[in-house]
Amino acid sequence: MINRQLAPEFRAIDNISLIRPQHLPLDNGVNIFCFNSGDQELVRIEWIFSNLTFDPAKPLLNMAVNSMLTDGTKTLTAAQIADKIDFYGAFLQVDYGYENSQVTLYSLNKHLHHTLPVIADILNNSIFPEKELETFKRNQQQKLQVSLQKNDVVARRAFNRAVYGSTIFGYAAEMGDYQTLQQDDMLAHYKKMYQPANCTIVIAGKIESETLTLLTDTFDKSWPNTSEIGVTIQPDIKAAADLFYFTEKPEALQSAIRIGTPIINRSHADFQPLQVLNTVLGGYFGSRLMANIREDKGYTYGIGSGLASFKQVGSFFIATEVGADVCKLAVAEIEKEINMLKTELVPEEELSLVRNYMLGSLLGSLENVFSHADKFKSIYFAGLDYDYYDRYTTTVKNITSDKLIQLANTYFNFDQFYKVIVGKY
Amino acid sequence: MVKFNRFTLDNGLRVIVHEDNTTPMAVLNILYDVGARDEDPEQTGFAHLFEHLMFGGSVNIPVYDEPLQRVGGENNAFTSNDITNYYITLPSANLETAFWLESDRMLSLAFSEKSLEVQRNVVIEEFKQRYLNQPYGDVWLKLRPLVYKTHPYRWATIGKTIKHIEDAKIEDVKAFFKKHYNPQNAIMVVGGNVTTEQVKELSEKWFGAIPAGEKYLRDLPQEPEQTEARRETVTAKVPLNDVYIAFQMGARTDADYYAVELLSDVLSRGNSSRLYKSLIKEKQIFSEVHAYITGSLDKGMFVLEGKPLDGISIEQGEAALWEELEKIKAEEIPADELTKVQNKTESTMIFSEMSLLDKAMNLASFELLGDADLINHETAKYLAVSAAQVKEQANKLFRQDNSSTLIYLAEK
Repeated sequence: MINRQLAPEFRAIDNISLIRPQHLPLDNGVNIFCFNSGDQELVRIEWIFSNLTFDPAKPLLNMAVNSMLTDGTKTLTAAQIADKIDFYGAFLQVDYGYENSQVTLYSLNKHLHHTLPVIADILNNSIFPEKELETFKRNQQQKLQVSLQKNDVVARRAFNRAVYGSTIFGYAAEMGDYQTLQQDDMLAHYKKMYQPANCTIVIAGKIESETLTLLTDTFDKSWPNTSEIGVTIQPDIKAAADLFYFTEKPEALQSAIRIGTPIINRSHADFQPLQVLNTVLGGYFGSRLMANIREDKGYTYGIGSGLASFKQVGSFFIATEVGADVCKLAVAEIEKEINMLKTELVPEEELSLVRNYMLGSLLGSLENVFSHADKFKSIYFAGLDYDYYDRYTTTVKNITSDKLIQLANTYFNFDQFYKVIVGKY
Repeated sequence: MVKFNRFTLDNGLRVIVHEDNTTPMAVLNILYDVGARDEDPEQTGFAHLFEHLMFGGSVNIPVYDEPLQRVGGENNAFTSNDITNYYITLPSANLETAFWLESDRMLSLAFSEKSLEVQRNVVIEEFKQRYLNQPYGDVWLKLRPLVYKTHPYRWATIGKTIKHIEDAKIEDVKAFFKKHYNPQNAIMVVGGNVTTEQVKELSEKWFGAIPAGEKYLRDLPQEPEQTEARRETVTAKVPLNDVYIAFQMGARTDADYYAVELLSDVLSRGNSSRLYKSLIKEKQIFSEVHAYITGSLDKGMFVLEGKPLDGISIEQGEAALWEELEKIKAEEIPADELTKVQNKTESTMIFSEMSLLDKAMNLASFELLGDADLINHETAKYLAVSAAQVKEQANKLFRQDNSSTLIYLAEK
């Protein structure tokens, strides 16, 4: 008979090996990073550009220019771009982020000679047609109306505005902002941003020599810089003075809560230790916030905490949606959990679980070659190198409860946290 | 091509092994052949509530999550109208922990009153968060009973009402477990950096002694063919009007299924699709428009949805949708358009092989459909569909007397 009460032996995770890219700088200033691995005959290629400085008078430019890259070039209409990409079974995405915006292509290798020219056209010849722009504005405004009915969205907007001030990080679009979008501004913005010298290409998948030749032929000699790059530095951030924001929704069944503070970013030596502290508090299913507020009290379907890290700023936040009648109680429990981290040592048994969980989670996040490329992007665009991951694993393995309590006292002051409630309080 | 080995334990547990040594991880996925369609009409939402209770401790292991996190693993689960699926990913060196945990909860749960009480609350909050406190969140609670009059698909997995969840008793939980959670009703897939020999050994060791239990024989009331157009209008505090038109379609295992899925792709997959090009870009009727199928194991739904722009009436929106449907009924789609959606399907299959968890879940689903190896023949079935077959399906499905229209009006 087996003893079912006894857990099987297990091994701690020792080595986590990351695939590092081959770096290929091109004459026009593009840096290509290649991750060659995998059995499937396909690749993911990303063209990544730094955003231009945020202009509060024209706040949507970075986002709108990126979103409308697929809406027409000098020779292709939006419909023709979509037809070409879809016909070859490829996927074309544009993604706007606070710091960078990008174009992503997922394509089978055998169709790259058809799909890559479409990307080249988008990056060289986009025209942001008036008619498409009107459609874009109208549809975005309709979507915004729906989003603004969601308590968690309203809470996130208010929180970011408070923590990041009137910067690209704190900005949340209002209905009227869409009226500031003009085709001329977009064309000018596009020209100053989507240039080779402001572009990083990351390719991951099964990369054959023909693939690379095709890529460099399309994005080196035939892609010259045609304009000076605009300024890509974002101004300093000033967080708001007010700490408490309550939006009342009298009929709400649940209230959205978002609580947090500006904090150090990835480049600081305390960042990795803070990631451990964050995991203990709210970073996994068994975390203290989940164990208390969901699994013990049943106030919510889910609660978590996280760290956001950008080049010039970072933030720590707790987010949840709780029964409207228990909102105050939930906030009190959150406060209790924060304060417990400052007054009581994390027991060794809990800490060892978190260590193993975090290492397993890092290992598990490396699902395929795309994930290895993602790990690279996180450090590369933060100006860090692969030592970052060595320090991460070393920290996770060796951090002590003393260090955690010290961190909690340095960085967590509940009275000074921003608190946003949307619903009832 | 997804390779696998397969064996069945004496107690009826079906096991599939997918060896993939490109990863240091392993996946253990268990599909239980029970979903919301197997519920009592007076106790809806139970399969899903039960999924939550599966994490409340088993007969020999007081807590489920903690020992798994301790070995670097993660898990989750989902319930649909057809199935309940649980999965673990963990470093392959610690695979045995997954066997230990999963086998103990298949053997028996702890059936703790405290766990039932807390999970009832958690699920009620989930009900509110996802269905009641979101704009348009209750659409499926209204659309399902319009489309289905007999079949248990007429309720959503979350349940008809919060009351059913509040009323759940521990005796009901025990009876549900006995009826559905035994080796004969389960399919286990183990994938990743594992060997078939190792999985055989661990399966025998941990699952071999679990009693086979009684085989659940499903005998659900089937939905009769619809013969009249159905319509319902609701008014709610939402910013925009919304139109839903749902048609009854065949089951996932019908031979026609592939043509119907391609039909939905032609209408709505990506920015080159008909509805997007015609109704969002050219005619500017909707801000959003979608068409999709539910892929249900019994008779499914083909759903169209659109949010008309300001200044466009509900009638204009509906008429525009029907115009597109009539067009695809009248004219065969051009060869290029068919090739396009077939190519997209083919590449989607290849991309899905990049994910170990996706592969494991797909193997389990296809085994439930009859044979895990179907996974390797799916693409060919889509590629074999002709334009004439797509047209035939459009004519079969898109009839007024097979439609259920739900109009969701914004309260002004």
